[in-house]
Amino acid sequence: MKKLLKNKEGLIEIGFRLNGTEIKTSVKPNETLLELIRRLGYKGTKKGCDTGDCGSCTIIIDGIAKVSCLLPAFYAEGKEIITIEGLGDVSNPHPIQKAYADSGAVQCGFCIPGMIMTTKFLLDRKPKPSDSDIKHALDGNLCRCTGYVKQIEAVKIAASKINKK
Amino acid sequence: MSENNFKVVNKRLEKIDSLSLACGKPMFCDDIDIKNMLYGKIMFSPYPHAIIKNIDVSKALKVKGVKAVVTYKDVPRIPHTTAGQGYPEPSPYDTYMLDKKVRYVGDRVCAVAAETLEACEEAISKIEIDWEVLEAVFDPFKAMEGKIIIHDEDDSKNIPDAKHNIAAKVPDLVMLKNSEPFSEAEYVVENTYEIPYLQHCAIEPHTTITYLDDYDRLIIRSSTQVPFHVRRIVAQTLNIPLKKIRVIKPRIGGGFGSKQEILLEDICSFLTLKTKRPVKIEYTRKDVFVSSRTRHPAVTKLKTGVKKDGTITDMELDVTLNTGAYGSHALTVLMCSGSHTLPMYKVKNNLKFSGRSVYTNLPVAGAYRGYGATQAFFALESQMDIMAEKIGMDPVEFRKRNYIKLGESSPVFKAMGEGREGVDQSITSIGLMEAIDRGLKEIKWYEKKERYYRLNQKSEVKYGLGMACMMQGSGIAEIDMASATIKMNEDGSFNLLIGATDLGTGSDTILAQIAAETLGVELNDIIVYSSDTDITPFDVGAYASSTTFVSGGAVKKAAGYVRDMIIEDASKILKEPKENLKVESKYVVSKTGKKVSFKEIANTAFYYHDQHQIIASASHYGRTSPPPFAAHFAELSVNTRTGVVDIINYVACVDCGTAINPTLAEGQNDGAVVNGIGHTLSESFEISQNGTVLNANFRRYKILSTKDISEIKSIIIPTYEPEGPYGAKSVSEIGINGPLPAIANAIYDAVKIRLFKAPFTPDKVLKALKESK
Repeated sequence: MKKLLKNKEGLIEIGFRLNGTEIKTSVKPNETLLELIRRLGYKGTKKGCDTGDCGSCTIIIDGIAKVSCLLPAFYAEGKEIITIEGLGDVSNPHPIQKAYADSGAVQCGFCIPGMIMTTKFLLDRKPKPSDSDIKHALDGNLCRCTGYVKQIEAVKIAASKINKK
Repeated sequence: MSENNFKVVNKRLEKIDSLSLACGKPMFCDDIDIKNMLYGKIMFSPYPHAIIKNIDVSKALKVKGVKAVVTYKDVPRIPHTTAGQGYPEPSPYDTYMLDKKVRYVGDRVCAVAAETLEACEEAISKIEIDWEVLEAVFDPFKAMEGKIIIHDEDDSKNIPDAKHNIAAKVPDLVMLKNSEPFSEAEYVVENTYEIPYLQHCAIEPHTTITYLDDYDRLIIRSSTQVPFHVRRIVAQTLNIPLKKIRVIKPRIGGGFGSKQEILLEDICSFLTLKTKRPVKIEYTRKDVFVSSRTRHPAVTKLKTGVKKDGTITDMELDVTLNTGAYGSHALTVLMCSGSHTLPMYKVKNNLKFSGRSVYTNLPVAGAYRGYGATQAFFALESQMDIMAEKIGMDPVEFRKRNYIKLGESSPVFKAMGEGREGVDQSITSIGLMEAIDRGLKEIKWYEKKERYYRLNQKSEVKYGLGMACMMQGSGIAEIDMASATIKMNEDGSFNLLIGATDLGTGSDTILAQIAAETLGVELNDIIVYSSDTDITPFDVGAYASSTTFVSGGAVKKAAGYVRDMIIEDASKILKEPKENLKVESKYVVSKTGKKVSFKEIANTAFYYHDQHQIIASASHYGRTSPPPFAAHFAELSVNTRTGVVDIINYVACVDCGTAINPTLAEGQNDGAVVNGIGHTLSESFEISQNGTVLNANFRRYKILSTKDISEIKSIIIPTYEPEGPYGAKSVSEIGINGPLPAIANAIYDAVKIRLFKAPFTPDKVLKALKESK
């Protein structure tokens, strides 16, 4: 990893890939990665607790799902980051996004981007997850609206759609 | 109309905002960037009860980037309630935007606006306060002794007995008296049931952004369930004209009652008016736990009399609620603890309710899904099982025998409303018998009871089954009003403008389904815009299980008026009498086979003949509040060595009339049930001796996650409610009332211990097991 230094303003200059785009920016030493991502305009990543407990800010960093509120922004240096906006859009949604929407898994929707990123990480590793795999994977993503019933269903639907491709 | 004829209603259609939300579109309050915006932060009290003798903000004002520091000296002193209820609110006016006195750890002290959040925090650390710390009281029964008076100010209004810290009371309300109480009872059962402080835990923290528009009007963008009440209460508390305020509700990330409250909008608005800059205040998760609202902790005493033949002779319910430092929803939650539970079963001789909501120096309670019914159903449905055992009757049969049937009424409906007398009504739809039978079958009740009886003889892990029945209301009869406007566009699509507030429930979708059904179009022909006080017509907001029933009634009426206008225009175009015409798939078709498209009708109206906009508005209020009914069944195991209760299966059958969207109705039920199971097994505030909440985070206040849930099954039992739009009743709240009693009953079935204090954590289970030996 490159050694990071503060510039004259006390900011740290970093570069990373965000949803396929090269980003060059400077960050405050105490800025979190969640704050940086939202500052850059990617508002799909949510702040639900800021203490790493709710999972709403989950993103994928170099292929691994992580909560961005617990990471410093400069951690992004040299990394490949995917947020919910990087998965798909309304006109061309990712099968996981489509499955969540189709199956009634989205109520208020605030926890959903984080949950979808966790689901992506799960299905990348385990294309045919068992119920227990799904429950263990999503355990760090809290939702108060749905009772998780339809979300677990959505993961199964997404898995079968992806596997058919 | 029978449900089989529906084309859009009662269909499992995709929620209209779900894909955009799943794609992470910036739809929530905090998802917009406003230029020049300041951050606001509230300083919270470190003391449970204290007076600010002197406050010095001079050092705070010198912090770089700080634009305003406001204390009680700077704001208007106007007593009000933060409860977002209809006017005049039945809650006491005991709150001030900022006050010289603080009444709980987490109460507002002052507020800061600055260029950055760090500057706000630094400024708060530099505020110097000379405190006079007062003795505090945390127990409602001690508070009633009146040795410490929390609201001793002389300008509060409608506090029934401030000297004894009583924020609301219902004196002995005798609703039935046919004999000397308990004189005919063969068994008298009396128990006390308790629930602790519980928080809503909406995943989106409360957020408000305020700014001035180009005409210097105040715009409030807020995560609220009650935009119109926000407008009214902010106008009241800031003493500014209502017409100068516009409230916009974007998507909101769950509410469950915690956002039926004016929590940030007043102070944020004040900071904007003072600085002339946009200001954002966002609660941290800790703030949400401590300084938003909670469920009222309750001590519920239930005394019942029963005869061996299964007749319930007497029922006396006495409820003591801890309302915390302010009396938000103090009277109405109290009354709903009786009005939503006592009509459930027929009582032969005596029926009485009494209760009070008491101030303490603890966090403030308010509206929370279930609204009093959750507290009292824990008592009632536990006691139903206790009574059934006393008389040796199957608890299922005991309930079936006694629950209120179709066409029957209860004296409770008339006696108890929300903060006032209620409305006489009889039951116009009920599917409880089917709900019970379906649930018994689904959970294999009798078969498993027998198997577990044998299994439990030898195993350390004991299995049990329990059930509970429940009801709620559908809006507040003769109080809640909603309205809708529908206008037609050239392509035959429609704008639906509604004051109704979708807090993630899917109400925008189901209201559009009702409009589409009435207009003979598809769901995607309806463009929904909701909850903007400048643009959408009035609606009380999302609470009291009202939106489907009340707002749905308004939408159906408005759509009916628009349909009549379309037919009127079509009749001229087709030269056919109106009686021959009906709407169907975006056409008006005649019995004679002639037809004209909506597109042509709209274009004719706009451009060719007798030009006009096809548009209509309608309002609706419920003359009654038809209860939904539900039967819940829990199957669980209790580990007698560790005290751990594991839910194996949970079946929740609900009669919500016609489910306008069955997928979304199931989702409401699933969510309510899992929230209720959390209440039952793990959730509770830990509070220190000085009134500080010690577990104000998700790590130590444990809400359920995927690993904690077992098989949850929601089953909709269709009925048709004649008072509701297309036969619909409410569904959002009822499901949260079941888990506490159903699980308490199942634990009793497994290990023969009766738990009266929620939550049923392993330590409590073990203690009870030990005591029973």
